[in-house]
Amino acid sequence: MELLASLTVAVLVTCGVYLALRARTFPVAVGLALLSYAVNLFLFFTGRLASGVPPLAGRTAVAADPLPQALVLTAIVIGFGMTAFVVILALRARGELGNDHVDGRGGKP
Amino acid sequence: MNLLSIVLLPFLGALLPSFAVRRGRAVAAWTAAIITTSALLFALQPLIAVFCGRTTEVNRSWLPQAGLDFALRMDGLAALFVLLILGIGLLVILYAHYYLSEEDSVGRFYGILLLFMGSMLGVVLSDNLLQLLVFWELTSLSSFLLIGFRHQSAEARRGAVMALVVTGAGGLALLAGFLLLGYLAGTYRISVLLHAGDLVRAHPFYTPTLLLILLGAFTKSAQFPFHFWLPRAMAAPTPVSAYLHSATMVKAGIFLLARLFPVLAGTDLWFFTVGGTGLVTLVFGAYTALFMHDLKGLLAYSTISHLGLIVLLFGIDTPLAAVAGVFHIINHATFKASLFMAAGIIEHETGTRDMRLINGLWQYLPHTATLAMVAAAAMAGVPLLNGFLSKEMFFAETLHLAARGSLRGLLPVAATLAGIFAVAYSSRFIHDVFFNGEPRRLPKFPPHEAPRFMRLPVVILVGQCLLVGIFPTFTVAPILALAAGDMLNEPLPDYSLAIWHGFNTPLAMSLVALIGGILLYSQRQWLFALHQRVLPHFDAHLLFRNGMTLVTETALAFTMRLANGSLQRGTALLLLVAMVAVMLPFLVGDASLTGSLPLTPVDGLTLLGAVVMMAAALITVQWQRQRFSALIALSVVGLMVALTFVRFSAPDLALTQLAVEVVTILLLLLALFFLPQQGLVESSLLRRGRDLLLALGVGSCTGLLTWGLLTRPYETIAKYYLDNSVSKGGGANVVNVILVDFRGFDTLGEITVLAIAAVGIFVLLDTLCLDAGKAQEGQRPWAAERHPLILSQISRLLLPLALMVSVHLFLRGHHAPGGGFIAGLVTAVALILQYMASGIAWTRRQWRLRYHEVIAWGVLIATATGVGSWLFGRPFLTSAFGHFDLPLVGELELASVLLFDLGVYLAVVGVVMLILATLGNLSQRCAETRESV
Repeated sequence: MELLASLTVAVLVTCGVYLALRARTFPVAVGLALLSYAVNLFLFFTGRLASGVPPLAGRTAVAADPLPQALVLTAIVIGFGMTAFVVILALRARGELGNDHVDGRGGKP
Repeated sequence: MNLLSIVLLPFLGALLPSFAVRRGRAVAAWTAAIITTSALLFALQPLIAVFCGRTTEVNRSWLPQAGLDFALRMDGLAALFVLLILGIGLLVILYAHYYLSEEDSVGRFYGILLLFMGSMLGVVLSDNLLQLLVFWELTSLSSFLLIGFRHQSAEARRGAVMALVVTGAGGLALLAGFLLLGYLAGTYRISVLLHAGDLVRAHPFYTPTLLLILLGAFTKSAQFPFHFWLPRAMAAPTPVSAYLHSATMVKAGIFLLARLFPVLAGTDLWFFTVGGTGLVTLVFGAYTALFMHDLKGLLAYSTISHLGLIVLLFGIDTPLAAVAGVFHIINHATFKASLFMAAGIIEHETGTRDMRLINGLWQYLPHTATLAMVAAAAMAGVPLLNGFLSKEMFFAETLHLAARGSLRGLLPVAATLAGIFAVAYSSRFIHDVFFNGEPRRLPKFPPHEAPRFMRLPVVILVGQCLLVGIFPTFTVAPILALAAGDMLNEPLPDYSLAIWHGFNTPLAMSLVALIGGILLYSQRQWLFALHQRVLPHFDAHLLFRNGMTLVTETALAFTMRLANGSLQRGTALLLLVAMVAVMLPFLVGDASLTGSLPLTPVDGLTLLGAVVMMAAALITVQWQRQRFSALIALSVVGLMVALTFVRFSAPDLALTQLAVEVVTILLLLLALFFLPQQGLVESSLLRRGRDLLLALGVGSCTGLLTWGLLTRPYETIAKYYLDNSVSKGGGANVVNVILVDFRGFDTLGEITVLAIAAVGIFVLLDTLCLDAGKAQEGQRPWAAERHPLILSQISRLLLPLALMVSVHLFLRGHHAPGGGFIAGLVTAVALILQYMASGIAWTRRQWRLRYHEVIAWGVLIATATGVGSWLFGRPFLTSAFGHFDLPLVGELELASVLLFDLGVYLAVVGVVMLILATLGNLSQRCAETRESV
């Protein structure tokens, strides 16, 4: 299971980084979204893999680590805020510069 | 307490002149003068104590761990400087009132001047090395502001920057030197340090310590080869030159040498570096001063030369030489400050400082001329004036040293030579300015005598020159004995301050200098020509400028290499460095990758989920140019992430991820409406190969790290939260209790960040108008049917149900999966569905919510809940909860965190809706704007 989890994170990061290195804004935004999935999973996994023991006090003798979960919960929401900001920035850049290149140059608008 | 007031008063009062100036320029000057006088009054008691042979100390603990205390101490040496700083400061304030013109911002001038005064007082009164350095840097900063006071002039700005760079660099060296010194002596306390001289001098680190400290002192006191900033600093208004560049700031380096004399002096290294630097500066400064055509330039080089004289005296390293040095500090301060003031009057009245134009002012400014001539005579070392006495002592000391043989025998010769030059440039100052025919082409003509009160400071200073020169024992002797005694930290040798010592060699040297100087000046015509054509020009300023250009250009080239403006390149470099940094311990060190935990078995369903997620991610990349399809693949990844959370016991996360997924995809869809829907193949194969390699590298790194992490055991603080969640937080859902209670402050910060992001997005979109929606060539057309009937009907039915779900999620959040974040997202999704199904115009008619206000209320409620606990005398965000029985509903638990969670809920709803609704409304609003235009 550990191997599978690591492999998943690796694939998500690879795809995210590759897209983040593209020259147009939209793939970069998609890449950042992929990267934030990967980072959230990674943070979540720092609490190790626990099956069937949600962190609800008093339900089970052992429970999953609630701390990474709390961290990731806010990270997901903030991640949305960040993605939104990047996307809007891309729109604004296109409005100002007439194209969707990350450096604001070249190509057809 | 008094000491503290002396230092703090100018700092506290620095703002006042800016306010006072609204009631008139004179009021500002009075304010500054009153503050200075009050500081002087506070200084009275410790000064009297010093004269009674006691030192006053204040010591407040500040950062004891770092050896940093706020410690002030006034002994004889400090007392002398306090008198100089406050006394001359008061005269300069009076003088500046008449000197500054209507255009100058008087309030700012006096404010900075007080700031400088406080810093300088801090330097001389500090009893802690590190604290001294803080004030030292403050003098550099405030002098930067004063030199650049007339910031409209490029010359002033350049001069200010140069002074700051040189003295600031020296300050850095000084910091290193002080740290070393504190390390050697085991203390930063100066009064303790003074008894640790033997320890310091014997230490192997003595040499670097001394050199670093000297670097700081020499840059500040304009010693060769760091002298070049001082002539450039003459762009400052003349009161500043009179104050900073004659009496105070340039003496800070000298003060430091005097202060640390018992600790650092007494070695060959001290003798050769300090004495050598002083000697070179003395002769070089005096020589260069003769050829300056600028009145203030002459005075600046003369100052450099006199500072060199004092440094040389300290370098000679005998008690008598030290006494002579301290004596010359006093004398130089009085005659040079008065000369600068006189130069300021002349510039003020004639409009120029060029001695080739200014001639024969005797008939126009008889009073100023008399005063300036007396001061210049003191500078030259004419008998019956104070400069003569200290110079005489200096000559005597060089002779004592020469008796010790070897090259030291040349010292009296060099001293006499410098004396000749000093007499020559003093004669030039007198003769060129006040006699030598008629003035030529003056910008202002005829010049008038300055107002009486503008001359008053000059009269007082020149009076001192005379009094000290004629009655040294009755005037300067007590403070000189105190200051020199405390500088040496040992009993003083016998010396006499009498004017007449009989016919002896020092007197002969003085006479030679006087006659030689006048002869030299009379032969100036061919000397000037010689200087112009033959003699080499050493221009340290040019060296400095080239050095600065070199440094700036190198830095620029380096930056351009790393960040040439391309985001792709920057990102790639960043990732590369991060990758190397992460992998280095595994490649170089012996850290093993796999930990000791046993592995858990894989089940089929999880494997399937993981494969789907990875495949979806790869498809996203594969389809990146068909952007719409890529989005669908992306949403599959998001859904699988949510399922992963379910699989590994995180129901709250799964709910959040699910809701955020919907919102994110909607957002990207909306954005796609305004962006090209298809990408082009742009990057070369090589570029794509490089990116792929980098991506694979970073991906494998993260994968390996995850593997290393998952196979290692770890210690967690989870037990505390699990055990105390119910008893302290009043809720069973530990994740939610952490969010709203244990770590509530973090959550407050997070919703604030969200709010800021939303407002930022709103501002970015507010003025934006994008042409979009019209299908571009070869692109899938957008559906013509705007609001499908079935969707809009069903969504209206769904809305109350969805809202009820979100209320349910919200209320149960404390005990079961749910809470403010999740409920907020569910509400937002339900609302957005209405926008999508029925259109913006219809939805807006149904409810008129301003989402900014919703966000603001959310953050406010959350903050107010936190503040509320203050009312009960508890720390910020302390929670309280209780159980209540309500009819029909049954037992209900109400906790203050519910209110906090409500804030979170509102903020999340507001943020999501503000972003999506503004973006969705973009095309419509633009159309409306266009129509109205």
